[in-house]
Amino acid sequence: MSQQVIASTATKARKLSAEEIAEIEHEMTLYPDKKAVGLEALKIVQKNQGWVSDESLFGIAEYLDIPVADLEGVATFFNLVYREPVGKNVILFCDSVSCWIMGCESIKGHIKQQLDIDYGQTSEDGDFTLIPVPCLGDCDRAPVMMVGPDMHRNLTPEKIDSIISDYKNKQD
Amino acid sequence: MAKIVIDGVEYEVNPDNNLLQECLSQGLDLPYFCWHPSMGSVGACRQCAVTQYRDEDDKEGMLVMACMTPATDGAIISLEDKQAKSFRSDVIESLMISHPHDCPVCEEGGECHLQDMTQMSGHNYRRYDKKKRTHRNQYLGPFINHEMNRCITCYRCVRYYDDYAGGTDLSAQASHHHVYFGRHEEGVLESEFSGNLVEVCPTGVFTDKAFSGQYSRKWDLQTAPSVCVGCSVGCNTAPGERYGTLRRIVNRYNSEVNGYFLCDRGRFGFDYVNSRKRLLEPVKRVDNTGELLADDEIKAVIKEFSREGTIGIGSPRASNESNFALKTMVGDENFFAGYSDSEHESMAAILTLASDKTFHSPSVREIEEADAVLILGEDVTNVAPRIALALRQSVRNKAMDLASESRIPQWQDAAVRELAQHERSPLSILSPAVSRLDDIAADRVIESLPALVAMGHQIANKISGSAPAATSAEHDAAAEKIAAQLKGAKRPLIVAGSSNGSDLVKAAANIARALHEDGEKAAIDLCLLVPEVNSIGMGLMAAEENSLGVALDKLSSSAAKRVIVLENDLYRRASKSQVDSALDKAEKVLVLDQVTTTTTAKADVVLPVTAFSEHEATYINYEGRAQLSFQVHQCQKMAQPAWRWISDAAHIDDVIERCCSEAPGFAKLRDVLPGGNPFIAGMKVPRQSHRYSGRTAMIANVNVHEPKQMEDKESIMSFSMEGISAQKDPSIMASPWAPKWTSNQSISKFQDEVNGELKQGHVGSLLFEKTDSGAYFDVPAATVQPSGKQLHLALSYQIFGSDELSARAEPIRERMTDAYVGICPEDAERRGLAQGDVATITPTGAPVVVCIRTGVKPGTALLYCGDANISPAEFTGFLEIEKSAARATSRGIANLIVSDFQEEEI
Repeated sequence: MSQQVIASTATKARKLSAEEIAEIEHEMTLYPDKKAVGLEALKIVQKNQGWVSDESLFGIAEYLDIPVADLEGVATFFNLVYREPVGKNVILFCDSVSCWIMGCESIKGHIKQQLDIDYGQTSEDGDFTLIPVPCLGDCDRAPVMMVGPDMHRNLTPEKIDSIISDYKNKQD
Repeated sequence: MAKIVIDGVEYEVNPDNNLLQECLSQGLDLPYFCWHPSMGSVGACRQCAVTQYRDEDDKEGMLVMACMTPATDGAIISLEDKQAKSFRSDVIESLMISHPHDCPVCEEGGECHLQDMTQMSGHNYRRYDKKKRTHRNQYLGPFINHEMNRCITCYRCVRYYDDYAGGTDLSAQASHHHVYFGRHEEGVLESEFSGNLVEVCPTGVFTDKAFSGQYSRKWDLQTAPSVCVGCSVGCNTAPGERYGTLRRIVNRYNSEVNGYFLCDRGRFGFDYVNSRKRLLEPVKRVDNTGELLADDEIKAVIKEFSREGTIGIGSPRASNESNFALKTMVGDENFFAGYSDSEHESMAAILTLASDKTFHSPSVREIEEADAVLILGEDVTNVAPRIALALRQSVRNKAMDLASESRIPQWQDAAVRELAQHERSPLSILSPAVSRLDDIAADRVIESLPALVAMGHQIANKISGSAPAATSAEHDAAAEKIAAQLKGAKRPLIVAGSSNGSDLVKAAANIARALHEDGEKAAIDLCLLVPEVNSIGMGLMAAEENSLGVALDKLSSSAAKRVIVLENDLYRRASKSQVDSALDKAEKVLVLDQVTTTTTAKADVVLPVTAFSEHEATYINYEGRAQLSFQVHQCQKMAQPAWRWISDAAHIDDVIERCCSEAPGFAKLRDVLPGGNPFIAGMKVPRQSHRYSGRTAMIANVNVHEPKQMEDKESIMSFSMEGISAQKDPSIMASPWAPKWTSNQSISKFQDEVNGELKQGHVGSLLFEKTDSGAYFDVPAATVQPSGKQLHLALSYQIFGSDELSARAEPIRERMTDAYVGICPEDAERRGLAQGDVATITPTGAPVVVCIRTGVKPGTALLYCGDANISPAEFTGFLEIEKSAARATSRGIANLIVSDFQEEEI
């Protein structure tokens, strides 16, 4: 029997794209029930849209026929499901124990200075968003951070400058 | 039984329960948050830690969560152990880190489980001096306030709202210190049972919004045990009054009926009692204006109406006493039923079945025990909401069985749900449209009413060949499956009701009879719902041939000269022309009512009647359970119980006594009166708490002399703080309170065991004697098919709006819709109707809003009459709808919560 998804919602759903639907359909074959696909669907939409808007959230809930409230519970539980727009590149900056011992504070200060952003902010040009993470599992090469899918280790201010310009150039 | 040792004392306990439950059952104080007596354990809050020892030599012991540990034989535990105590005080200290400590401005203060547990755990000094996390609150509709900063993340709200009540729009969001409980966006909480969040939440996150606007502390409210008059379930309530107005309603525990929960109609639908539109003075009509009646005039009126030629029309929303007084006044043969003729026919069938040994009318608790359910044509959520909540629990019996097989205790809530996943006991719904219980239904068939009747008989015939046969070829497989499910069940349950005629009731009875014949089963659970609080009580008093139609005919034909209408708006019960001609023809019309209605406007004399909270009364619920509702407060003006206006009985007990001996079927009514000697040492039970404040000052703005306390000569309760505390006798206790336990959760102190009956309690008195054994009903002859543009008619009901009185309450009005007709998209298209259009319905020509729903049977129209002046009695079987040029009505159907509302294409 279908879940009762009620009509009285203010936000309207976005129609998912054909690619998103294809990927979600694939995930559906791997899970016993639709509710379980929720997280994967959120990841798929984020991959395609960069983040998960309210309209996308409703779109997924409608497509999977699960309550929006439940899906929002999942989306907000995971810090890396973005419910607000982010820059083209998301910097996941580790400020946990090992990186802290190895001086991540000053590295962060450098990033802040170069991009003029703090944690949770996106640079004016929309290129970078800075987010702290507790650990990236690479403590022997601290301080570390990720930019998009790439890991950057043994960070120094100089390295930060070249990483930033690399990503800027890559886009141009 | 198992023996366990708690702090050196041996206790006999039930090994199927957990330690927390057993500690509470034994009357011990052990703090907890996430556990709830009807929702089991999840071990989330860590507040109920106790020390458990391996054996007598073990001096160290280890910490266990009492709610997650079974009470196994030989267990040795300590609540008082140092490490357990310090653990509990540390846990609460961390739970309280971000709590705003705003008790003085919090509605929960003074009846707060969090306050109680904080004190009990010994956390009395705040060490955390950092910034607290804060949240934004949401608008959650007219019933519930949201104040998330107070949250201690016990998860009870979502466990109740989602898991227990089947809601889908409240969830736990985010993680660690910023967990948030709310909707995905602001908006009305959609569950019909959202009000229980007020009591489920251990602190003040979810509070009663209507109460907030006219707030009083629990101890300042005058209260008495009452019974909800919103529908025929008869949930037990505790209304609270202050300064002459009714302020709020909370749940009152009754192990057989409502347990710990009410529906939102019952909780928020009372403030018509305070309304200015109440009738509060005796009035006679002189040239179309009302004129106050003097005492001697009233006497003359009563004398005039006591003469030959007077008939009385009773009321399903009035007490047994008032109906009986009217019946006595006009004579048995002149007392007529106060519901529609169609309902009269259904009631006749229901009352016949009530005395049949084959059937058992299950209580709400018993409904939860069913392991296969068939709902035949009744929209339970909107007709008898509390029963829908019970049906939600019944489908979990499969999960409980699976848990037993896997040796998982039933109270292990998360584990049992994880194990069962989507496995449920079978619940089948046969109805003309989708319903709010569909998400738990294994099978559902959407059909026109005549087809549902046929299918009901077909199921009966498939269960037992001796039941008369009917065929509905289309649904043969479904009928086969449902028949097999019911046959295979240990405790099958059939639910039907009077909402849509007697044929469905009879079909349901045949199914139950077939089950009884087929198996070795004792009486079969047959739950027949009726619409109003005392439909059954009034039904028992009116003779079968004395229907409303006959009464109106008598008046129209001048066979009767005068009529007394008891608490009833006849225009809701019969067609306008019929009532008009009867009342116009009658020489004199006397109406007794609480509120002004179309009928009171037609009366020559109107006598004001007290509301449910202003008088003591008995009502009989759907199962024949008589219950006593005490008076909570005094009516400020001249309203009196109807029986007092029309009879010379001095005392309600005399009326009840006479009713017991004179009215057939009421012999056991006297059992509901408080037994024994209620006057201990000459004292009564106070309605005010021992902390009731301001008594000497509360009317100082009017008069600085403190008047004598109002006397109550009627009941064993007094309008006072003094007397024998109700804590001594839970059967007359409205507001549970025990040392260290100020909230409603203190109820465990008054139960014989957790979830058990109240000590010395009273669950009501079942009136029906099972004496007959009837026979199968015949299958009704094939009905006439709709012709031309006609659609099959199915009456539809709404929790907010269908009940006459609660529909006048402000919070309820905010949730109501206009009268509407629900049709499927194809039928709408054929008539050129769009969503939200206004249409007129034939035969009456009344305007209704068009509601296009994908889950309505094609060829059927659902008609919801709302509080508009459309009498369902105007229609018989069919309906025609035509587009109207009229503008959309004020309220429209924006508040309608259904799952199949057709969205406009974008």
